[in-house]
Amino acid sequence: MPQVMDADRMSRALTRIAHEILERNRGLDDIALVGIRTRGVPLARRLARTLQEINGDDVPTGALDITLYRDDLMRHAVGPQPLVRRTEIPFSIDDCKILLVDDVLYTGRTIRAALDALIDFGRPRAIQLIVLVDRGHRELPIKADYVGKNLPTSLRQSVQVRLLEVDGTDEVVIEEEP
Amino acid sequence: MTARTMERTDHTGAPAASRLRSRHLLGIAGLEADEITLILDTAEAMKEIGTRPIKKVPTLRGRTVVNLFFEPSTRTRTSFEIAEKRLSADTLSIATATSSVTKGETLVDTVRNLEAMAPDMIVTRHPSSGAPHLLSRVCRSAIINAGDGTHEHPTQALLDAFTIRQHKGRLAGLKVAIVGDLLHSRVLRSNALLLTTMGAEVWGCGPATLMPAGIDRLGLHPTTSVDEAVEGADVVMLLRIQHERMHGHFFPSVREYFALFGMTSERLRRASGNVIIMHPGPMNRGVEIDSDVADGPYSVILEQVSNGVAVRMAVLYLLAGRDEMAEEGPP
Repeated sequence: MPQVMDADRMSRALTRIAHEILERNRGLDDIALVGIRTRGVPLARRLARTLQEINGDDVPTGALDITLYRDDLMRHAVGPQPLVRRTEIPFSIDDCKILLVDDVLYTGRTIRAALDALIDFGRPRAIQLIVLVDRGHRELPIKADYVGKNLPTSLRQSVQVRLLEVDGTDEVVIEEEP
Repeated sequence: MTARTMERTDHTGAPAASRLRSRHLLGIAGLEADEITLILDTAEAMKEIGTRPIKKVPTLRGRTVVNLFFEPSTRTRTSFEIAEKRLSADTLSIATATSSVTKGETLVDTVRNLEAMAPDMIVTRHPSSGAPHLLSRVCRSAIINAGDGTHEHPTQALLDAFTIRQHKGRLAGLKVAIVGDLLHSRVLRSNALLLTTMGAEVWGCGPATLMPAGIDRLGLHPTTSVDEAVEGADVVMLLRIQHERMHGHFFPSVREYFALFGMTSERLRRASGNVIIMHPGPMNRGVEIDSDVADGPYSVILEQVSNGVAVRMAVLYLLAGRDEMAEEGPP
């Protein structure tokens, strides 16, 4: 299983994205980060920390669980319902620029669900999408604004992002599915 | 251990199941500790939805839930209706006073006719113990018991456990005193089963005439002494005196009942310093509970009501994914 990103490369990619955020938005006014559970949340926290180090401003950070908005819920007759975890957005998103953070961008269906979920919290001025890895194969017209790494993959491969906070190590690997 | 399991076990130490094993919720009997933890954990996530500006998620869109209540209810029926609407289910509530039941239709016929219109779930309350169990054997829909006779009221016990867990952080090792009409109480039965399954120490207290035979089989300590039950209790739960189910004289007068068993601030002094006071409602002030206690600082009675919505959303969500084909083990 080839490793395509190690801890150093991941940290450099996140620092570059932080600079791109500052450049594109000309600062951090009215900006908030929202991570998609599970691994988008620690990524959002890391970006908030990096932005704080570069710019000195604290960026409000939240966590979004999209389970209840999935388009494949109730379609599998057999099998457990996905676990629902807490959404925590302890600030108003009205008129904010929301930076939505996820680990892997694939079909785009998670992001579709996340957009629906976010709109239920208010009316943000804009939503921008940050992903650590874009592996292609979109099924919906969704595109990331900031990408850590573009990773061409085949449909038979799976991309695993592992993070220190969740998995005890920082790396991205590609696994061949049998 | 993955982060997911770490995150989901931090409240009680009891790990959560990944699914409910039955496609009905007929009672607490039959639920295992890991399933109870799954429902309570899911309810934590559901509770947040009630704090949003738009209190609705699209999860049960296109699903139909029938609320079929053969007994009066405001709290439970409203709570189920709100839970269903917050999950975007289509709901309809049938009050039996205005239904064909008054024309002599049997329970099974009523439900078979409703089923012909293909609902996905039926939430039912019935004065006869075991009515939901009967329906679960003849129905395609998932059945949720919202109270059957003097038997069980599982969602009440789940919301009580959720409320206790929010205040105490756990259920295991707590002393819970349940005081009142134990004989007619489905809330007692469901709570005793749930709390003992989760490792709490449960005391049941009431006049000897209102103690059901075989009460010790529920795994609780029976006593007729309020002081003994309340001594050091972390949770005191009062049960209503159910005049409507009483076909006989169980105690001389309401005033005498209050004098011996009514929960007053005086009696509560024996409880633990941060005791919480619970009541499934509707309360009879001055009978089982003094107004001082009902409105006092230890009372979480209204929190129980708001938590009811979150817990019922969790149950609806977890059962909606179950299918007839996925049935495991005996029903």
